[in-house]
Amino acid sequence: MLAKRIIPCLDVRDGQVVKGVRFRDHRIVGDILELAQRYRDEGADELVFYDITASPDGRSVDREWVRRVAQLLDIPFCVAGGIRSVAEGESVLNAGAEKISVNSPALENPSLIDALARRFGSQCIVVGIDSQTTPTGYRVHRYTGDPSRSGDSGRDTLAWVREAIDRGAGEIVLNCMSSDGVRRGYDLAQLAAVRDCCRVPLVASGGAGSVQHFVDVFVQARVDAALAASVFHSGEIVVRELKQTLIAAGVEIRP
Amino acid sequence: MSKAVDVVVVDSGGANLASLGFALDRLGARSEVSSDPAHIASAPRVLLPGVGAAGSIMHRLEAQGLIDTLRNLQCPVLGICLGMQILCAHSAEDETRCLGIIPGDVKRFADKPGAPVPHMGWNRLRITREDPLLRGIGSSDWFYFVHSYHLQSGLAATLAETDYSVSFPAVVRQRNFCGVQFHPERSSTAGARLLANFLELT
Repeated sequence: MLAKRIIPCLDVRDGQVVKGVRFRDHRIVGDILELAQRYRDEGADELVFYDITASPDGRSVDREWVRRVAQLLDIPFCVAGGIRSVAEGESVLNAGAEKISVNSPALENPSLIDALARRFGSQCIVVGIDSQTTPTGYRVHRYTGDPSRSGDSGRDTLAWVREAIDRGAGEIVLNCMSSDGVRRGYDLAQLAAVRDCCRVPLVASGGAGSVQHFVDVFVQARVDAALAASVFHSGEIVVRELKQTLIAAGVEIRP
Repeated sequence: MSKAVDVVVVDSGGANLASLGFALDRLGARSEVSSDPAHIASAPRVLLPGVGAAGSIMHRLEAQGLIDTLRNLQCPVLGICLGMQILCAHSAEDETRCLGIIPGDVKRFADKPGAPVPHMGWNRLRITREDPLLRGIGSSDWFYFVHSYHLQSGLAATLAETDYSVSFPAVVRQRNFCGVQFHPERSSTAGARLLANFLELT
């Protein structure tokens, strides 16, 4: 059967992997190729590179590193951040990325999803969603990387998941904001609610702090993949050991 | 040919040409990307990658004058993902007539709870027929899949099947024409092994 996937996420700025609250307090964690190789060797199923290179004036971002990562890696990887057009998506895919992920640009212009899916196929179009829990339901937030602009996009999360899929998204990454960075576990209730209306693969993001959190998200929220950043970068959780625990818990995993 | 190569990669317009080229580089294979019928017809081996949709890739191959070239190839050929699917007679994707080399059709995965479409991620093979293409590869090896359509099960050309909401052919071979539904270029050491096996076929 199909294995559940473990996906380390690396924030990239100017060709280096950085850590810190997005757009503030960046510390360089390491060289992008060294970290990519390390996670590959530890058994990561896939990697996501979140390009946070500031581009407020819309200048085209240098992505020569995508090509170098593709030369090195023999597992799939996705590039997220700063893809606003078919041409930008094409340059990233042609450099060797397996998938591209769009978030705020798709909220501004939902037909971008249709255009990308038509041009490249749904299988490589991921829609990332930052979702906040409110008393009246789950709400999609936009520009979450930029504190001066971030806020409610006016969209309901479940409705946006359905629309993104209808427009051609081949995978959904749901980042649950209330659990992000808190390390108290994934938002199981929200992920389970989205799972029920999501007929494409669903990736959980936000909240991983322990090995048990990964077991819970696969068993209780039935997601296809779990994404995390800081617990992997800090070395607190090693992908290979995490996978052994998941296998022991009965989760289908590629060792 | 101007210089000796081990394999010619058909420029089918998909976005995975770069990653396939890098995988061949890592194996030390000399490869070239081409859409020239004469060049492809005289290649020692041909790789047919494909990403996108069956209708658009068939239109493109037709526009390039490659349909008969591909059908008449006598050298080892490996279709990857969509490149494998178009070796068949017909695809339900855009109701497309394909190359017709492997008897059989391509269907869409049904939407079933617990089995999202596309079938995306790592899965294993159930080998049903031994073949040099699968030398050193077993049922404990994992491969990376991403596809919404699949070959119908029970084809005579099947070398290995994979289980999802249905069982489907994951590796096929009909004479010199081979196909894999997964992406060997993104399937770690097992994928590299399969590509290396293909590069040894003559």
